[in-house]
Amino acid sequence: MKVSGSQIVIESLKKEGVKHIFGYPGGVVLNIFDYLYDDKDIQLILTRHEQGATHMADGYSRSSGRVGVALVTSGPGATNTVTGLATAAMDSIPIVVFTGQVPTMLIGNDAFQEADIVGITRPCTKYNYLIKDVNDLAYIIKEAFYIASSGRPGPVLIDLPKDITAAQAVFNWPDKINIRSYNPTLEGNKWMIEKAAQVISKSKKPVILCGGGVLLSNASEELRELAEFTQIPVSATLMGIGGFPSTHHLSLGMPGMHGTYYANMAIQESDLLIAVGMRFDDRVTGKLDAFAPNASIIHIDIDPTSIRKNVKVDIPIVGDSKRVLTSLNQVLKEGEKPQWNEIRKQWLKQLDEWKALRPMSYNYVEDVIKPQYVIEKLYEITSGDAIITTEVGQNQMWAAQFFKYDKPRTFLSSGGLGTMGYGFPAAIGAQAAYPDRVVIDVAGDGSIQMNIQELATAVLYNLPVKVAILNNGYLGMVRQWQELFYKERYSHSYLSTIPDFVKVAEAYGAVGLRATKPSEVEDVIREALKVKKPVFMDFVIDWKEKVYPMVPAGAPIDQMMFDDEPQKEKKKLKAVK
Amino acid sequence: MRHTISVLVENKFGVLSRVSGLFSGRGYNIESISVGETLDPKISIMTIVTKGDDQIIEQITKQLNKLIDVIKVQDLLEVDHVEREMVLLKVTPRQELKGEVLRLAEIFRGRIVDSSPKTYTIEITGDEKKIEAFIELMKPMGIKEFVRSGKIAIAREMTRTR
Ligand SMILES: Cc1ncc(C[n+]2csc(CCOP(=O)(O)OP(=O)(O)O)c2C)c(N)n1
Ligand SMILES: [Mg+2]
Repeated sequence: MKVSGSQIVIESLKKEGVKHIFGYPGGVVLNIFDYLYDDKDIQLILTRHEQGATHMADGYSRSSGRVGVALVTSGPGATNTVTGLATAAMDSIPIVVFTGQVPTMLIGNDAFQEADIVGITRPCTKYNYLIKDVNDLAYIIKEAFYIASSGRPGPVLIDLPKDITAAQAVFNWPDKINIRSYNPTLEGNKWMIEKAAQVISKSKKPVILCGGGVLLSNASEELRELAEFTQIPVSATLMGIGGFPSTHHLSLGMPGMHGTYYANMAIQESDLLIAVGMRFDDRVTGKLDAFAPNASIIHIDIDPTSIRKNVKVDIPIVGDSKRVLTSLNQVLKEGEKPQWNEIRKQWLKQLDEWKALRPMSYNYVEDVIKPQYVIEKLYEITSGDAIITTEVGQNQMWAAQFFKYDKPRTFLSSGGLGTMGYGFPAAIGAQAAYPDRVVIDVAGDGSIQMNIQELATAVLYNLPVKVAILNNGYLGMVRQWQELFYKERYSHSYLSTIPDFVKVAEAYGAVGLRATKPSEVEDVIREALKVKKPVFMDFVIDWKEKVYPMVPAGAPIDQMMFDDEPQKEKKKLKAVK
Repeated sequence: MRHTISVLVENKFGVLSRVSGLFSGRGYNIESISVGETLDPKISIMTIVTKGDDQIIEQITKQLNKLIDVIKVQDLLEVDHVEREMVLLKVTPRQELKGEVLRLAEIFRGRIVDSSPKTYTIEITGDEKKIEAFIELMKPMGIKEFVRSGKIAIAREMTRTR
């Protein structure tokens, strides 16, 4: 029996286990929307902007590990997904985005609402398709989900001309996908793994770097096993947060530009770095020539292009983090049994000294709210049992530094692209995946305005996300750079007019709360968590507060600036602009 | 250093732009690229000439391999291979040089593929050096225009890795 292309699309999604689509209609996808009208199994969450839809699919995926799905129309609908696709691509997040396209006959004619979205998104998707024959549709959808979620994951886009959604074909769901030109390496090379085990056994001052790949391959248990067994401290990058418990005594916190003193010192002093599912981004390494000067490097990553791209690697292991770590742990446990505790004693003692010398801290004051205090209170009151998303800027760094993440997939942040406007829709996506969990977007007053319209989506679908706006009146991170590196010339970083976020929330039918004094912070958070509605918490914070420690861009990572140094000292450190 | 990279790809819509987009997006340069079908019409082969230090070439081959539609990548610098280019060159020699042009074309095993009262169009195949030598020799004869193909290359049988 033949069915319509639209039916094939939706029935294929069901075969893939999709329960939610984040979408927005328009002319050329009306056939699909019409089919959805009677459907009971899939919920379409109507967003207010296609960028929002794409970030929601992304947040859904990051929190749950399942592939997120978005469906939008052609032309402007499709181009509005570009930022979401690029965000997902940079952070290797599996999503599948369906865009409508003008009818096949009109493609290339500059037809109404035509955009060459396959051309536009080629560099910011893992793969993309223009469907030319309705008979290929089911196979391509299956292939798209496979490509998105396997190997190094990433976004895939499927462009659907309107006539294809109306055309008839037999629905044949393939049971297997075979792409001869695409076979990700999953198992690590045995010989390399053995070599890695030997090097680990000999090392005196090793550090594990835990990247986003640990989360993507669900390898946090294996990583923890490695760390505990060999007593090696772990520093999780921004993307790797949650891959190793922040509260663990072997945790060093984040490395890099706004990393902890002890993580950066440990890396610089180390004789061995075991990098798992991370790619030595410039925000992590700082000045490359001065990065970990004494360390050999074991680099485990599923993407061969990540290896030796930025740093020289002594032992490259291409493979899936979970599988490689499993084998590595096995080899280590079967080998000689060194007295790890004895061997590491001195190194761990050194780390404790660094931790004691410069712990993560800030200056609490009575009269004005410090942003770090808000984050600490969020942690305390939720007992850490929450999914935290972030926007970009100072808010993002404070959320990374002062909340503690003990479980994977609880910290969702746009690391690679640094997309302001990501956190709020991502939180809505995560809340759709986990209706009963606490989901909090830690936001800036600038960033929240980039996708604030999605509050309507949260209200409409009763997704009770909480937004903690760290309201400093500024594009704070920009202001921080201008203060430190541009002679305090605050060019266009002051926002001047900021809406009354409490009233905005109320206008959308959500709840708005405000705290202007430290003493009000707790009450606001408790109240927000109590109401079963989306809430904007407007925390009016100290606008002068900066993110520390800070390594100026392009400087070695042990050249850190701290809050307690006299202003003059700070200015001596020059950023490479 | 200059490398000739041979890339086996799915003969699909958009593949050339995925490959060329990879080079432009990452700031690698393409000196020449040529594409053609293989014995299996579903597969095309691209011959790409590019320049870069070892690290860049390593990234280029890895990035090419990472493209979903790429089946196989071979850096021909690592193996014994044959390469060929072609030039179609139009000369307008003075009467007294016509004989010399024909003589040189013969030495280079060229063919006259078109002639008019004033011009000869000569086809020469060979490696890059030969093509360039021929162009140099023709310059004083009065070149009107020429078109060069990109390079194509193939590994020799019984390949020995250097
Ligand atoms: C879409 C986008 N535009 C511009 C930037 C550059 N940028 C990085 S941080 C920042 C300021 C963010 O301000 P706000 O959201 O108020 O956060 P704060 O730093 O004040 O916490 C800007 C403009 C960006 N990251 N994303
Ligand atoms: Mg701000």
